[in-house]
Amino acid sequence: MIRISGLHKSFAGKPVLRGIDAEVAAGKIVALLGASGSGKSTLLRCLNGLETFDSGELEVAGFALQPGAHAPRLLQGLRCQVGMVFQEFHLFSHLTVLDNITLAPRVVRKEARAAAEAHARELLTQVGLADRAQAYPRELSGGQKQRVAIARALAQNVKILLLDEPTSALDPSLREEVREVLRRVAQGPQNLMMLLVTHEHALARELSDEIWTLDEGRIASREVLSA
Amino acid sequence: MVASCRVREWLVFPLLFSIALLAVPRSARADWAEVRTRGELSWAGDLQGGEPYVFESPTEPGKIIGFEVDIAQALAVHLGVRARFRQNDWSNLIPSLERGDFDLILNGLEATDERRARLRLSSPYFVYGETLTIRKGGPLRTLGELRGHRVGTLNQTVAQQLLAAQSAEVVLYEGQQEPYLDLAQGRIDAVLLDHVIADRYGCPLPALTCVAGDLARGSYVIGMRRSDPELATRVDQVLAQMVSSGELRAILETWKLWDSRQSELGARAEALHAPPRAARSSDAPARFSATQFGLFLHGALMTVLISVLAFAIALPLGLVLAVTRAHAGSLGRFCATAYIEVFRGTPVLLQLYVLYYGLASVIRLSPVVAAILGLGLNYAAYEAEVQRGALNALPRGQAEAASSLGLSRLQVLRHVLLPQSLRIALPSLTNDFVALLKDSSLVSVITVVELTKRMTIVAVELRDWLVPGALCAAMYFGLSFPLSRLSLWLERRFQTS
Repeated sequence: MIRISGLHKSFAGKPVLRGIDAEVAAGKIVALLGASGSGKSTLLRCLNGLETFDSGELEVAGFALQPGAHAPRLLQGLRCQVGMVFQEFHLFSHLTVLDNITLAPRVVRKEARAAAEAHARELLTQVGLADRAQAYPRELSGGQKQRVAIARALAQNVKILLLDEPTSALDPSLREEVREVLRRVAQGPQNLMMLLVTHEHALARELSDEIWTLDEGRIASREVLSA
Repeated sequence: MVASCRVREWLVFPLLFSIALLAVPRSARADWAEVRTRGELSWAGDLQGGEPYVFESPTEPGKIIGFEVDIAQALAVHLGVRARFRQNDWSNLIPSLERGDFDLILNGLEATDERRARLRLSSPYFVYGETLTIRKGGPLRTLGELRGHRVGTLNQTVAQQLLAAQSAEVVLYEGQQEPYLDLAQGRIDAVLLDHVIADRYGCPLPALTCVAGDLARGSYVIGMRRSDPELATRVDQVLAQMVSSGELRAILETWKLWDSRQSELGARAEALHAPPRAARSSDAPARFSATQFGLFLHGALMTVLISVLAFAIALPLGLVLAVTRAHAGSLGRFCATAYIEVFRGTPVLLQLYVLYYGLASVIRLSPVVAAILGLGLNYAAYEAEVQRGALNALPRGQAEAASSLGLSRLQVLRHVLLPQSLRIALPSLTNDFVALLKDSSLVSVITVVELTKRMTIVAVELRDWLVPGALCAAMYFGLSFPLSRLSLWLERRFQTS
């Protein structure tokens, strides 16, 4: 689960998060809505240790994060439980799709290549790209890239998936294929907790158990959606 | 057809370019009438020759002194003009004289038949002896014993010819002190040079001793263009006057150079002005031969060897410096930055001198090892900046995405950042290697005979810079052109990807 208590974060003296308090139970899906600059992405990045925070407490997948710099070992453990998908995909351009997905399992978890590749092919099937395993990122469309990025984040068998505007960088015509993958992942066997930053209200309502609306670094409203 | 024409164009261009570079402007020549009109006699020497020839006064910086300065002044006074000194690299004094850069050479120019055939040589103004310097306790005593030994001397000297005739392994130096430092360090077995040099730079060193007696004798003369007969006649008249009046002796005594050898001055003047004997085949300039071509190939091989091994040092060291500068703590960053700035901010020539001569008492490196290490350490600073730039060119998201997958900082570098940054840097690195190929010519200052040095040696032997120069340029082009194309190809390939 995720427990957030009194979280404050500022950049160059400018407050971005002004006391966030929240909890998310295992398997729940939360959508974060709000205007640009309201602190959605920063909150997500704090949860994955990509940003430090000034004050407050965070507990993510059993890892307690304190204000200030985090220990490398703590971060490595945390990130094996918490996957992240970025707006701009950030696939590794020198690696094939298969190698993008198997890199972390092989390097971090020391999985054998054959086992890592078998798992990667299952994930590629799940995101509908089984036939693109040997392609390079430059050979993929934006939607395909984001689907590979989702498969890459899932390859570590994470319990929590953080998605930072996964459809924002895509043409409207390509968004649906990513939405479809997100539906499959949300309903899939992994029973993942997901935090989804998005501007798409319809997608948020369709996938989420709960919607938080952030405004100027605070959670302005929470809406629990009935199943 | 089009492709073959393009290849020919590429081959013709460097040849034309090198010919254009080597073409000598001859408009600057002056004869005695011009010297008199302008009221100035310009004479040349090389300050690097040092004391007692021509050198900067240690007490009055900027003032040029030396026994040859005094002779030039006296000469000018007798001719009724002013003397004006021109600094010129010693190895190129004769070509520069022929270009018309100055009126005469007055700088330890030894009288030889080859020079006599090429220039107008004056009567001698100094008689020197060839002195053999060895390490204390060393067995070498005579010229004949030098066969097969590494013996140091200066380029284009009579000593060099004597050593070559004995089949000694001749090690050529640019300066007068360096051969004795190398001898003391055990890098060579002996030094053969004029007694004036040996007395000042070799014999006083505690580890060395000078063999008593001259192994040969010769004389210093003034060199003038063959097209200046009147100047040559007047110079000889003045020198004869200076000898007979004791003025020359007074100058040499001032510099503690007058000795029994100088009693031969008159006899040597007569011999020098005797009618030329029948030309011998050995007096004619040598012709370019297969042996010299082989030596060129050897020089090219040395250039490639030094460049490849130096780059093999520069690349990984540059990478470590780049990563340290970009990712290490403040102390690491400071050290990497300091290294880069020091090695980029000082001439590679200076670094080679320090590494080879300056640190000789701490670590004794062979010339080739010092050359590889010196160029490698210098280029590492440049490669570090190339690779740092490539690392900075990567989107920040790459490192974040890798970190978010649980990779450590080292794993992020190794598996994600460096494979990509090296692809970005590759065209620049290839360009730098081409530059290193050409910069490797600098290592001749620490006695390594690579392609450019070989060219200068052969050019002097042939008395011709055109053929050796063009061949040298063609060889450099042959080495660097494929790399330049590779660089362009890599650049296009990475741009499209």
